[in-house]
Amino acid sequence: MNRLLRFAHRWIVFAVAVVVWELLTRAAAHPYFSPPSTIAEAAVRLWSSDSLTEDIVPGIGRLLLGWAVAAVIGVVLGVLLGRSNTARLALGPVFNFLRSIPPPLLVPFFAATVGITRMQLPVIIFGAVWPVLLNTVDGARGVDSTKVDTARVFKLSRAQWLLGVVLPSALPKVFAGLRLSLSMSLILMVISELVGSLNGIGYQLALAKDNYDAPGMWAWIVLLGVLGYLFNSLLLLLERRALAWQPRHSLEARALATGG
Amino acid sequence: MSLIGLACFFAVWEVASRTDLVPGYYLRPPSAVLPRVVTLLGETGFQRALVATVLATLIALGIAIAVAVPAGLVLGSVPPVRHAVMTLVEFLRPIPSVALIPLAVVTIGTGPDTKIVLAVFGALWPILFNTMYALDEIDPLHTETARAFGTGGFGVLRRVALPSAAPFVFTGVRLSFAIALAVVVSTELFSGGTVGIGQFVLEASAGGLNMDDVLAGTVIAGLVGLGANFGLEWLHRRLFAWSLPRGGER
Amino acid sequence: MKMLEVRGLGHTYRGKDGTHTAIDGLEFTVDPGELVCVVGPSGCGKSTLLRTISGLIKPTRGSVSLHGNPVDGVPSDLSVVFQDYSRSLFPWLSVTKNVEFPLRKLTRRNRTTRAAEALAAVGLDGAGRKYPWQLSGGMQQRVAIARALAYRPSLLLMDEPFASVDAQTRFELEDLLLRVRREQDTTVLLVTHDIDESVYLGDRVLVLSKSPATVVADLDVPLGQHRDQITTRSSDAFVDLRARVAGLLTSAPARVR
Repeated sequence: MNRLLRFAHRWIVFAVAVVVWELLTRAAAHPYFSPPSTIAEAAVRLWSSDSLTEDIVPGIGRLLLGWAVAAVIGVVLGVLLGRSNTARLALGPVFNFLRSIPPPLLVPFFAATVGITRMQLPVIIFGAVWPVLLNTVDGARGVDSTKVDTARVFKLSRAQWLLGVVLPSALPKVFAGLRLSLSMSLILMVISELVGSLNGIGYQLALAKDNYDAPGMWAWIVLLGVLGYLFNSLLLLLERRALAWQPRHSLEARALATGG
Repeated sequence: MSLIGLACFFAVWEVASRTDLVPGYYLRPPSAVLPRVVTLLGETGFQRALVATVLATLIALGIAIAVAVPAGLVLGSVPPVRHAVMTLVEFLRPIPSVALIPLAVVTIGTGPDTKIVLAVFGALWPILFNTMYALDEIDPLHTETARAFGTGGFGVLRRVALPSAAPFVFTGVRLSFAIALAVVVSTELFSGGTVGIGQFVLEASAGGLNMDDVLAGTVIAGLVGLGANFGLEWLHRRLFAWSLPRGGER
Repeated sequence: MKMLEVRGLGHTYRGKDGTHTAIDGLEFTVDPGELVCVVGPSGCGKSTLLRTISGLIKPTRGSVSLHGNPVDGVPSDLSVVFQDYSRSLFPWLSVTKNVEFPLRKLTRRNRTTRAAEALAAVGLDGAGRKYPWQLSGGMQQRVAIARALAYRPSLLLMDEPFASVDAQTRFELEDLLLRVRREQDTTVLLVTHDIDESVYLGDRVLVLSKSPATVVADLDVPLGQHRDQITTRSSDAFVDLRARVAGLLTSAPARVR
């Protein structure tokens, strides 16, 4: 009974919002604000068509591949940079500038350099690398001096030191960066496919717009929301497992991971 | 040291574009781009685009703060409301605001209000969540001290909760600025009809591939982002010196 | 009239894994102008006692009255100094603003003079514009004491106020407390786990048993008004009394629930 009540408490506002939305849109019959039931129909129609293999899977593939490449580059570079004051001083301003560029502007740049149909992956990688990189640098810098001294006393090899001490200490920040990067990848996937692509979720979204297919647009938006939620939840799950040894997440890490 | 780093960056860029490592036609060398940055900043047409983008970002940020801070305070301090509303929030938050661009363009049009609405949607979340989390993290001893001196519920909210949450809220605002700027530029890029840096770059890249302008516009947008971040960080340090990590505590 | 009357006071916490009775059937009174020390073993419920007296939590049994009025909610003429000064001072307020915090009802001018007086009384005249985190631990606790004094409470509650500072600072702060309470005639109830401190500071010492805490002894401290860290602590009366308190504490029967 108690659990049922709690469940109701959690979902009632959501349910009411959907019902009100349905009633309002039915009453208003606005051309672009579609009722949830119509959106659901459109979603079933679109997601079960060829789009699944031709747009959704390639779109997600780009997103994950781009994010993974950005993550590897970011973590490796971040750990090295975080432990070298010289490198950080030299590259800090350059990186600060590069990450300040609004990532969507990378779209025209890469469209011109590598071609409009092939620019999606570089755009995602370039835009998503900064949160991981900068957070990893921050985490690697923060290794406390006792750990540094302990490692010296035990004469750890450089690899042991970086992989066994620095990386685990930096892990909470790394994960915060990974989550930010993931939502950035999703955004860049959409915008790069919107502007110029032959397939993908963003492409379908632009197509629905050109066809004045409002329920279709809503359906793709919902799919993107679901994907964002799903990926973030999976990453959180992974993070909890990887950081099980940590007493609890710092406020800072949590606060930094809310962007998107 | 930092200067050497910057110099190396420009040297690599220059060499890369001149040796055709990357097709030089596309990656214009800094010796061509940087002068263009300077001349662009002097052109009224570009100035208007720059002002339009920055203004839209600031308006969106202002609206986002006005909405998200009170909402975060309510969600953070009234658990029943929070439990009830969180499902809806968790559903809305992951929707990338750029995914709403096509829909917003057909419903609202291509005017500045479209990019502002979308940027508000994107900028809302970091501020909302930081406000909420910050309220969770208030030291109970602070609240208890205030109560022991006879401060009531509203007094505790105003005199203890707000000031102790302020630095984290501000961090949210800083994150949100970057998001708002990115969303505004995205909207300009996609919809084309509205004046701004995004549209400027789009036209430069489409109309005869004027790569000097594309890169110069991108560099200037980057400088805007960099400047805003520096400014906000500086303000953060000035306003909230008490919340900064101090030596010896690490 | 008694300043503070505690009658049959008991508090039981209800948690997920059963209940825990922190204090049970406490009985004592404090006269106006007295400094009473409460000493007891660690974890015997001293903090619970202070929290119920200050109205921060509602006791499950018994009553607390402050100059005759039953305490229900936080009384308006009471102030508290907590052990953890770094957390009870507000880091976003300057030292002066921290001291002025409880003085909302006064005019601006009165507030400023009161705060200045209180800071001068604890020897921090020059530090008003600094922030708590720019001060040493001992100085921060002085600020907390100044804040409590500026409020001019009928009763000042102190929860292990000197437990987090080093020994040297601790002696200084103890003498500071004795001096200001003489000057301002404040009634103080101070909780500590340090036997020497309770005897050195108190006009009376209340000895508590292990949890759930009850009063096992109420001792007068015949050391006079003027005390000194070296001569008082080496006097026979002091040594006798601390031996008695120590004996009571170690033999204090742990009551079976």
